[in-house]
Amino acid sequence: MLFAHGFGCDQNLWRFVTPMFESNFRVIVFDYVGAGSSEIAAYDSQRYSSLKGYADDVIDICRALDLRDVIFVGHSVSAMIGALVAIAEPSLFAKLVMVGPSPRYINTDDYIGGFDAADIEELLVSLDSNYLGWSSAIAPAIMGNPNRPALGLELTESFCRTDPEIARQFAGVTFMSDNRADLPLVEVPTLVLQCHDDIIAPFEVGAYVQRCLPNAEMVVLDATGHCPHLSAPEQTGAAIADFVHK
Amino acid sequence: MRETFGLEHDDAELYAQAPCGYLSTRSDGVIIRVNDTFLEWTGYRRGDLIGVRRFVELLTVGGQLYHETHFMPLLQMQSTAREMAFEMVCADGARIPVLVNAVLIRDEAGQASVVRTAIFLATERREYERELLRAKQRAEASEAAASLMARTLQSTLVPPASPKIPGLDVGAVYRPAGSGNEVGGDFYDVFQIASDDWAIVVGDVCGKGVDAAVVTALARYTCRAASVEHHDPSRVLSIVNEVLLHNASQRHCTAALARLHRSDKGWTITMSLAGHPPALIRSSDTPEPIEFGRYGSLLGVFAEPVFSVESRTLHPGDLVVLYTDGVTEARREHHLFGERRLHRLVRDATGSAQNIADLVLADVLTYQQQDPRDDIAVVVVRAV
Repeated sequence: MLFAHGFGCDQNLWRFVTPMFESNFRVIVFDYVGAGSSEIAAYDSQRYSSLKGYADDVIDICRALDLRDVIFVGHSVSAMIGALVAIAEPSLFAKLVMVGPSPRYINTDDYIGGFDAADIEELLVSLDSNYLGWSSAIAPAIMGNPNRPALGLELTESFCRTDPEIARQFAGVTFMSDNRADLPLVEVPTLVLQCHDDIIAPFEVGAYVQRCLPNAEMVVLDATGHCPHLSAPEQTGAAIADFVHK
Repeated sequence: MRETFGLEHDDAELYAQAPCGYLSTRSDGVIIRVNDTFLEWTGYRRGDLIGVRRFVELLTVGGQLYHETHFMPLLQMQSTAREMAFEMVCADGARIPVLVNAVLIRDEAGQASVVRTAIFLATERREYERELLRAKQRAEASEAAASLMARTLQSTLVPPASPKIPGLDVGAVYRPAGSGNEVGGDFYDVFQIASDDWAIVVGDVCGKGVDAAVVTALARYTCRAASVEHHDPSRVLSIVNEVLLHNASQRHCTAALARLHRSDKGWTITMSLAGHPPALIRSSDTPEPIEFGRYGSLLGVFAEPVFSVESRTLHPGDLVVLYTDGVTEARREHHLFGERRLHRLVRDATGSAQNIADLVLADVLTYQQQDPRDDIAVVVVRAV
């Protein structure tokens, strides 16, 4: 089982869920380049200018670890990254779990994603104002020598923080993406996990994803917000377990 | 009851009138308690919020995205989150910038039961932060402009394309120190004076930056102009020296100036040095390179400088290598690249003049782990 985090944090967010699977599966968690304790110097704004760069990284991870029959669990934007991998390498995944997926965040004439372009701009402002402290206090330690990784850098609250430029680009790539046309191409059996009152991926969006996928079921969790793996880990784990053991 | 000196004994009032907004939410985010200060700031009535609204709904949409992707995960993971910047949307739609601290309280079973949130007004602080951010963005933009300017200026200090002289194979490399955001002090030039008459100059102005670039341009163009009138390269260097002495910048400069003349008997090279390391010549009959050119005064320092010239014929296959001290004085810890290493490199080098120049640069860069402290310029000429 390969667990992929979403925009904003890192692999730590899976820590309440993964123990449930460790006895039956090889469990792999990772940080995308630019997140968590990944090698910041490996960030390439060209490669990561679209979700494809992240999907290519997932494929690289599977190849490097020689993974087969992978159950890919992707939160938020990683649900779509998983979909892109499933399309590019159809034999790689046995099953796909999408936690709070959204194929497009911005509303169009005939589609409700939940946001306007101005809202995303506002998020970028929000990122900027929350990174003021980051830049001055933490940036020198990490960015002091881009050739050398920040070894053993332990900082409280650091797991949700990353280089502001990277966060900005990842936010743009995440929230400007449109993967609606990709959904019908995903043939692998898929579980859509949906929460109540998820501002980022509303119920209607989850239902749309399930409808467009050729081979998907949807489970609505009795949890609120966008991170059921944090707010309701047992329920989230149980729903994933039901699906993978089917 | 604790001693409060007869003051501050009303806990309910301490909560209600606290100098910060203070509210509690259930695990689903719905507000279950809120103090008067918060209501006063935002204009909501208690009944608008309690049991009805989620805290996150009172933020701007961008703030909601940030709340869900950063604030909540942090709070769930660490049970505390501090100094998160948001904008609250008031009852009348107005926005107020705030800083938010929160703690998550878990019940005995470890389940999240309540989140307590304190809200602080940050209007002026946010304005100041925005000003800082704007200043940072301006600084970054002007740095980018300066860096572009430096690269553009740099490109005018060396010939735009690899120089060509009929009957000679010429190759050149130039690598400024550092990341290329500053104009280097090394320069070279290859130019024609008459149909069978060419000049090559390699030089090094002390320092770097715009000031050094001015001197570089001055030295380079004075060389060109003076070479038209004077065949003797030492005479040309005297003129450059005079011009630099009269220039306000006080910067000095080294140079190796070679005059190449073709007659019926082939090419003759005449070399004059000014504070610059001698060139290397590898004859087609003896593989060991020898130094060519005699010591001369640094340019821009002495009123009566001393220059000399050395001349020889170039036979087909003979190789001349002109370089700056960025090559021989390249450092690795306490060691220098040195002349012996360069001699060996030139002795064993094969291929075209450009190949040999590239080879020298590559070796010097490898020696310094690809991070040169000084500019590097190399010009290689081979008689065909």
